[in-house]
Amino acid sequence: MLADKDRIFTNLYGYQDFGLKAAQARGDWDKTANLMKAGQDAIIEEVKASGLRGRGGAGFPTGMKWSFMPKAPTPERPNFLVINADESEPGSCKDREIIRHDPHKLIEGALIAGFAMRARAAYIYIRGEYIFEAKVLEKAVAEAYSAGLLGKNAAKSGYDFDVFVHRGAGAYICGEETAMIESLEGKKGQPRLKPPFPAGAGLYGCPTTVNNVESIAVVPTILRRGAAWFKSFGRENNHGTKLFQISGHVEKPCVVEEEMGIPFRELIEKHCGGIRGGWDNLLAVIPGGSSVPLVPAAMMMDVPIDFDGCKEVGSGLGTAAVIVMDKSTDIVRAISRLSYFYKHESCGQCTPCREGTGWMWRVMEKMRTGNAEIGDIDTLYDVTKQVEGHTICALGDAAAWPIQGLIKHFRPEMERRIHEAKGDDMLEAAE
Amino acid sequence: MADAAHIPDETETRAKWGSFAFSPEFKKKADIFIGRYPAGRQQSAVMALLDLAQRQVGEETQTQGWLPVPVIEYVAGYLGMPYMRTYEVATFYTMYNLAPVGRFHVQVCGTTPCMLRGSDDIIAACKNRGLVKGATTPDGMFTLNEVECMGNCASAPMVQINDDNYEDLDYDSMTTILRDLAEGKQPKVGTQLPGRHTVEPYGGATTLQAMVDKNHDYRGEY
Repeated sequence: MLADKDRIFTNLYGYQDFGLKAAQARGDWDKTANLMKAGQDAIIEEVKASGLRGRGGAGFPTGMKWSFMPKAPTPERPNFLVINADESEPGSCKDREIIRHDPHKLIEGALIAGFAMRARAAYIYIRGEYIFEAKVLEKAVAEAYSAGLLGKNAAKSGYDFDVFVHRGAGAYICGEETAMIESLEGKKGQPRLKPPFPAGAGLYGCPTTVNNVESIAVVPTILRRGAAWFKSFGRENNHGTKLFQISGHVEKPCVVEEEMGIPFRELIEKHCGGIRGGWDNLLAVIPGGSSVPLVPAAMMMDVPIDFDGCKEVGSGLGTAAVIVMDKSTDIVRAISRLSYFYKHESCGQCTPCREGTGWMWRVMEKMRTGNAEIGDIDTLYDVTKQVEGHTICALGDAAAWPIQGLIKHFRPEMERRIHEAKGDDMLEAAE
Repeated sequence: MADAAHIPDETETRAKWGSFAFSPEFKKKADIFIGRYPAGRQQSAVMALLDLAQRQVGEETQTQGWLPVPVIEYVAGYLGMPYMRTYEVATFYTMYNLAPVGRFHVQVCGTTPCMLRGSDDIIAACKNRGLVKGATTPDGMFTLNEVECMGNCASAPMVQINDDNYEDLDYDSMTTILRDLAEGKQPKVGTQLPGRHTVEPYGGATTLQAMVDKNHDYRGEY
């Protein structure tokens, strides 16, 4: 188990004050200017060397993303950093804890990351429903300004940098980077076609990098303790520590920072008090938030939870939001409810997603009650394949994958319901 | 759109809200938001201003507030935006109420992580108090809606009522919260499990115990 001294988010549970003084006593904002003295390229190299991969779901190497930004921005066309705090993926609840309990890690990270990518300012896009969290963040940013840590000559580094908070208003799709940029510009959050990529033309047409809250908030600690320290955790290609969020049918759901690649069983036993009703009662797990396919119990038990470990069992790490389902779960309903979520959140721009998410949900509801034909399962699978990969952003894929996972692993259960609804079991008995 | 909420007709709305303008207090906040964006990019503040306008309407009507058309027009004019562009934003995002709501807007999260932890019981508690999904109670006190994931999955099930989250609910605690609100009392915000602080494992954190009682600095242990 990861030692407490190696945890980055020491005030994760909010036992202590989030304010600047308390944060400084925990080690935040400690000689930030010295960290920045190393220079922009050295910071990017260090982040690359640490093996940090984006914590928002896609897992793109953070340092490499930063290196795509223009090296000599002009005042007319400055670089921007956008921090994605639009945490809306069902199961995910880690950025909320960072923001309400350790906001100064994020703000210091914003300054360092913004400096490294030569950005003029950072916009923190926080989801609208995080009302209390946004208030905390606003307060923390104001504290940083009045202490001279942001603004002109931020933290006495000689670099001018602003951090602004932008509140969303309830749209899951704004977590997609180009939709977030649209929303920041005061429009509907409908994703843009790529290319051009945000690093070429993003916010207001200027070069922009969008990073997850956790990716930015771990940077100051990585620089202080060195890339080698961060890299010492986890397997090759899956380094560092990570906030895991365990919800559903465990004895004690929680958010906890652990080493990447911690085996599923160990994570649940150590921090969550086990599966409700014991390990034999485990039915399935969604290891990375609603958008990744579910994994049946037998396959999941000893999987190391990291990018590659989850991929090997046909799923993904996503945001490391582990949704646990025991045998009392109506598994078809659980996935159908996710289909409803995607139907609700589709932005309506691309036809396959706008029409497909609603259609898939309606058919999933039929599957739930068994009011369908056996052949409908194949039709449903076909349609998920027609939605997947045929839309501008990944919401179409995200709507398709949970259903594909269900059909792959729980087809007998779906068939059983159809037979049961038709009364076929009675026919069999009569024969 | 059979489930669309009823919007008062235009004559009535115009008569009531036609002269809407930000109060000095809200205007001050609005101008701070506009100042966060580069010159000429004031449209970026439209989401914040719609939220402020809704809050001001809420204060004037003693509800969570909503956005009548004349109010959206006012925000559009304030930012020099075409009305249509503003209306688009108001209809795209779910937190803008396009129809009047009650004193308390009860938003029960029903997405899978909450569903697994018993959000059906929370909806049942609401129904037993006379709340109906998508509607306001006749006394104007409660509007009930089922919403999508609110990001409180490790303390599910949860409900957001106006600006406050209530987490780790069950049928009884939800009933108590609704009763308290109806009686004008402010229930405890956050987790409803006795002894739980935030999202640590119930019964005591398995990590970072040194932080519980004092602001521990781990740097000495590196």
